[in-house]
Amino acid sequence: MIDNLKNIIDYLSTPTISFTILTVMFPFLFPPTDWFDKISRKFGIWRVWTNTGGLILFVLTTAFFYMGFNDDNFSIILNKPDNFPIIMMIYTMFFFTWYGMKKSYINDRRIDRGKKPNEYHDPDDKVLVWPDLVYIEFIALLLFTVFLIVWSILVAAPLEEPANPSVTPNPSKAPWYFLGLQEMLVYYDPWLAGVLFPTFIILGMCAIPYMDINPKGDGYYSFKERRVGYSIFMYGWLVLWIYLIVIGTFFRGPNWNFYGPFEWWDPHKLEVLNNVNLSEYFWVIMLNQPLPSNVILRESVGFLVTILYLFVLPVFLAKTYLKNMLKEYGPVRYVFLMLMGLSMLSLPIKMYLRWFFNLKYIVAIPEYFFNI
Amino acid sequence: MSDKKKTILDYLNESMVWKSIFRSGVPRTRRQRMYAVLGNVFLHLHPARLPRHAVKVGYTWCMGGLSFFLFVVLTITGILLMFYYRPTVEYAFTDIIDLGEQVPLGIMREIHRWGAHSMVLTTWLHMLRVFMTGSYKPPREFNWAVGVILMTLTLLLSFTGYLLPWDQLAIWAVTVGSNMARATPFLGHEGPGASLLAIGDVNLVHSGSDVRFALLGGRFVGEATLLRFYVLHCIAVPFIAMIFMAVHFWRIRKDGGISGPL
Repeated sequence: MIDNLKNIIDYLSTPTISFTILTVMFPFLFPPTDWFDKISRKFGIWRVWTNTGGLILFVLTTAFFYMGFNDDNFSIILNKPDNFPIIMMIYTMFFFTWYGMKKSYINDRRIDRGKKPNEYHDPDDKVLVWPDLVYIEFIALLLFTVFLIVWSILVAAPLEEPANPSVTPNPSKAPWYFLGLQEMLVYYDPWLAGVLFPTFIILGMCAIPYMDINPKGDGYYSFKERRVGYSIFMYGWLVLWIYLIVIGTFFRGPNWNFYGPFEWWDPHKLEVLNNVNLSEYFWVIMLNQPLPSNVILRESVGFLVTILYLFVLPVFLAKTYLKNMLKEYGPVRYVFLMLMGLSMLSLPIKMYLRWFFNLKYIVAIPEYFFNI
Repeated sequence: MSDKKKTILDYLNESMVWKSIFRSGVPRTRRQRMYAVLGNVFLHLHPARLPRHAVKVGYTWCMGGLSFFLFVVLTITGILLMFYYRPTVEYAFTDIIDLGEQVPLGIMREIHRWGAHSMVLTTWLHMLRVFMTGSYKPPREFNWAVGVILMTLTLLLSFTGYLLPWDQLAIWAVTVGSNMARATPFLGHEGPGASLLAIGDVNLVHSGSDVRFALLGGRFVGEATLLRFYVLHCIAVPFIAMIFMAVHFWRIRKDGGISGPL
C-alpha cells in the first residue's frame, strides 16, 4: 500500500508530469482572466486560498516529508544539512504565498463591495515608532536569534573531504539557490542558461515597476485588480524558479538523471539519450539527404524559426491580438515586454520539445559555440 | 506607586553621563518617545510616527528588517571567523576543522552558514511581500530596482563564501557555478563570438584571458581563486552591498515611507 503510494509519487514527480500538472493548474490558482476565474470558482479551486485550503496544503506537505524522513532512500537526501534550507524554503514559500493570496482574496471581496482594503486606517490615526514598532522589531530579532542558535547547536555545518581537484563528485551541484539555473542547463546551452538568462532575469526584475503601468493595488494585498501581471510573475517565481530548485536539489542524482524522491540514486541508471538537432530533423529525416557543409545553409531552418519567434511574432501580435496593448504600453515597453516574455516562455517550449521530440538544439553551430 | 519615590533608573537618568548620551530621558511621554527616535542615529532609520497598518507583522512579514539583521549577524560572526581562518590551500580546510573543535563557542561557523542560507530566504520573502502588496509601484519603482541588485549581491556573497571551507562540496559547487562564465558571449573562451575576436591566427579570448580566468585567477579553481573569493566575500561584495543598502533605506523614507492604501 505505502509502496504503491511511493511509486505513484515517484511517477508524478517526473519533470514531464509534475511540470505539466503545475502549468495546467496554475491559471486556475492564479486566474488571469474572467474565464479562468469562473472555472476556479466553479470547482472550488480558489478555496486553496482559505484557511481550509492552507491547512490541507500544510498537511500534504508535512505528510510528504514525514514519509520522506522515514524512507530509506529519500531520508539520505533530506538529512543532508545543506538541504534543510530547501525544506524551510518549501514551507515558507507555501505559507507566505498562501497567506498573501488569502489576504488578497479578502481585500478583493471588500473592494468589490465598495469598501477600502483591510490595511486602510484613518491617515490621522498614527502610532509611535517607540514603542509600537521597536518592540515588534526587538521581539522578531530575539526569536530569530534563538531559532538560529538552536539550529546551529543541533546541526553541524557540512564539511566533506578536503578539496581534491582530481575526484569529481557525481552529481556535482551548484549551491542550492542556483539550482534552477543548473536545471535550465538540461535544456539550454551554458551561454543561455548561465549567462544570458540570468542577465535577463535581473534586468527583467528591475524593470517590473517600469513595465507595470497599472496604478491599482499599491500598498495593500490584492489580486483581481492586477491579475495578469501578478499571475505571470508568480508563474516565473514559483514554477520557473522555486520548482526548478526543488527538482534540482531533491530529484537530480548521478549524471544529472532524474530520480523520484523515494528512488535509490543508482549511478548506473540508464537514460536513453538520442537528442536530435532541428537541422538533422530537416535535412536528414525530412529531405533524406546529408547535412549541407555550409553552416548557414545547414542551420537556415533554425535561424528562420528563431527569427519568426523573436521578431516576426511580436510584430504580428502588435497588428492583431495585442493592438490595444501596444497602444496602451507604447513601443518601448511593448518591445521589452515581448523580449522578456518570449525568453521566459521559451523555457517551457524548449522543455516540451525535448520531452516529446528529443529536440536538442534549434540552431546548432558547435563550431562557434552558438547553440540555441 | 508613590510619585515621590525614585527608582535607580531615575537616578541614572538624571546623571550627567546618561543625559549626555540619551538626550530625551526615559521615553515616557509622547513627546519624549518621539525624541527618543529622532535623537538616535540607529532608530532614526524610522520616522517618529507611522500609519497603523505599517507596524503589523501581517502586512510587512518583518522580512526586510530580518534581512538587515542577518547581514549584521553575518558581519559579526564573519569578523570572528576571520581571526582563525587563513585563505590558503594549505591551511583553509584544517582551520575550518579547528573552528569547530578548538575554538571556544565553536558554533560561529554554523551561525554564519545557517544565517547565510536564512538571509537568502528572507530577502526572497521580502521581495515576495513587496510584490504582493504592489509596493514597487511609483514612487517606489527605483527602490525596487535597488532591492533586486541587493538580492543579487546576497546570492553573490553566499556563493563566494561557499568556496572558503575548501572541501569537496566547496570547490565543485564553485567549479560548476563558474564554468558558466566560460560561455559568456565574446568574453568567455567557449562563448559564441569569442573566436571572432582574433588577429590573424591569434585568438584574443582564450582560456588564459577570458572572464572565467579573471574570476578564478587561473584556469581552474585553485590557490588564487581561494584568495580572490576570500577578498570578494569579506570586503568587496559587502562594501558594495552596504552602499546599496544605504540607498535602499534612505529611499524608503524619501519615497514617502512604507507603502499603504490611500
